[in-house]
Amino acid sequence: MSPWLALAIWLLVVATIIPVMGMAIGYAEMKISAHMQSRIGPYFAGGRFGWAQLIADGVKFFQKEDLVPDNADRPVFKMAPVLVMVGTVGLFVVIPFGPGLTPQNLDLGIFYALAISSIGTIGVLMAGWSSGNKYSLMGGLRAAGQLIAYELPLVLAVVGVVILAGTMSLDGIVQAQISWFSEAGWSLGMPFVIVQAVGLGVFFVASLAELSRIPFDMPIAESELVMGYLTEYSGFRFLFFFLAEFANMFTLSAIAATLFLGGYWVPGVPDSILQFVGPLVLLGKIALFVFVSIWFRWTFPRFREDQLQTLAWKWLVPISLANIIVTGVLKVVL
Amino acid sequence: MGFEDWAAEPINWVFLAVALATTVSGLRVVTSPNVVHAALFLVAALAGTAAIFLLLAAEFLAWVLVLVYIGAVIVLFLFGIMITRAPTGRDEAEVDHGRRLPAVLVSTALFILLLWGLVSQWGDTTLDSVTAGTPTSVLAEGLLGRFVFPFEVVGFVLLAALVGGITIARRDLSPAEEKERESR
Repeated sequence: MSPWLALAIWLLVVATIIPVMGMAIGYAEMKISAHMQSRIGPYFAGGRFGWAQLIADGVKFFQKEDLVPDNADRPVFKMAPVLVMVGTVGLFVVIPFGPGLTPQNLDLGIFYALAISSIGTIGVLMAGWSSGNKYSLMGGLRAAGQLIAYELPLVLAVVGVVILAGTMSLDGIVQAQISWFSEAGWSLGMPFVIVQAVGLGVFFVASLAELSRIPFDMPIAESELVMGYLTEYSGFRFLFFFLAEFANMFTLSAIAATLFLGGYWVPGVPDSILQFVGPLVLLGKIALFVFVSIWFRWTFPRFREDQLQTLAWKWLVPISLANIIVTGVLKVVL
Repeated sequence: MGFEDWAAEPINWVFLAVALATTVSGLRVVTSPNVVHAALFLVAALAGTAAIFLLLAAEFLAWVLVLVYIGAVIVLFLFGIMITRAPTGRDEAEVDHGRRLPAVLVSTALFILLLWGLVSQWGDTTLDSVTAGTPTSVLAEGLLGRFVFPFEVVGFVLLAALVGGITIARRDLSPAEEKERESR
């Protein structure tokens, strides 16, 4: 197969997966939120369960005018959603969907993932600054402060897993969980959540903050900042941000599932079957994380800016550093 | 190597495109009249540098550049610019100090120094292949083995700089101010 054909196929796959995943998670968010708040939610679109609601929303966004404010810095304003999307699409490259089903099994998998996802921060800052609107600027500033603060615990929480697995390749980390205790002839797997529950907790909270989801939605706090850095965006460019947020939720959940819950692995199922059910297993584990984050959304009120920074610097960073020290010592001693 | 050989290898064209983009962005960093644009061109220049590292199969260095410089340092730059003043469009403030000649002299001297150092040290070395990069574990063993002392010294100096920065920037409130703040 020529490299150009392979490239075209991959682009097509990604271009299909991101909107589909975005819509699936968006629909789940709508319905779960509605049930948690005892309101019916979308019901009529499409005849039953309101399944067509998001398609209608998508078509609506396509039809809207692509507005660029007079005061905006045009090139920067137009580039910002693209940059946010790059940070998200790049993550799909390293996620292992099954045995031998990793798009690119990089030696530095998890490190690459953390690096590429940090590009999105620049996009958010660009959006906030270039809109030429004080609400957008405030939102962009808050987003930058928040994303810097929570990137550190996110990276540090991963280190414990890397120490245990002895590799940074995401596929290697799954393999390490599959054959944790291996003696001659038999092996017993263990998902890392059992020994890295602290790491999972820090990673999950930090990834919620990286996604700016409630209770960490200070950058777009509707009641104070209209819509934060998204205020001036409309139509297709707004849709880009919107899809990037949901796709990011998907990829960060996939990475959490891979690092802590064993990724595509189920105990007792051989590789030959996992090749087919692996992606479904991974999707199930992702759905678990997505559900919990939607649950968080309707459980906790929004943080205040100082509480948000206190949580990151005074709690999550020390906890994850202690986790690294304990894991490292135990790895050497045991 | 003639031009024919050079043109037959696709990676050369990739290198040419990346190198040109990096150089142009680097120039725009210093010529752009808007300070935020300059910072954004710095992002492009750093991304180009990371791409060159990738072409040399130095994967780890490339991602370190992306994570630390693009993801953290530039974000702090932009944060600092926006928190003080955030000019959209043409910036009225004069960001050009007008001393062109010393700037040209210093940068040319630095370029010659680096070029001379690199060529005299590694001028004859050729890479057998760029497909096999250095594994990260080798890099780690070097940093925490042979070069552990300089590594720790750098860490110590950076920590001292951090503490110093906080000490200079932070002003403790006097007891009267403290009381006033609590009563508010």
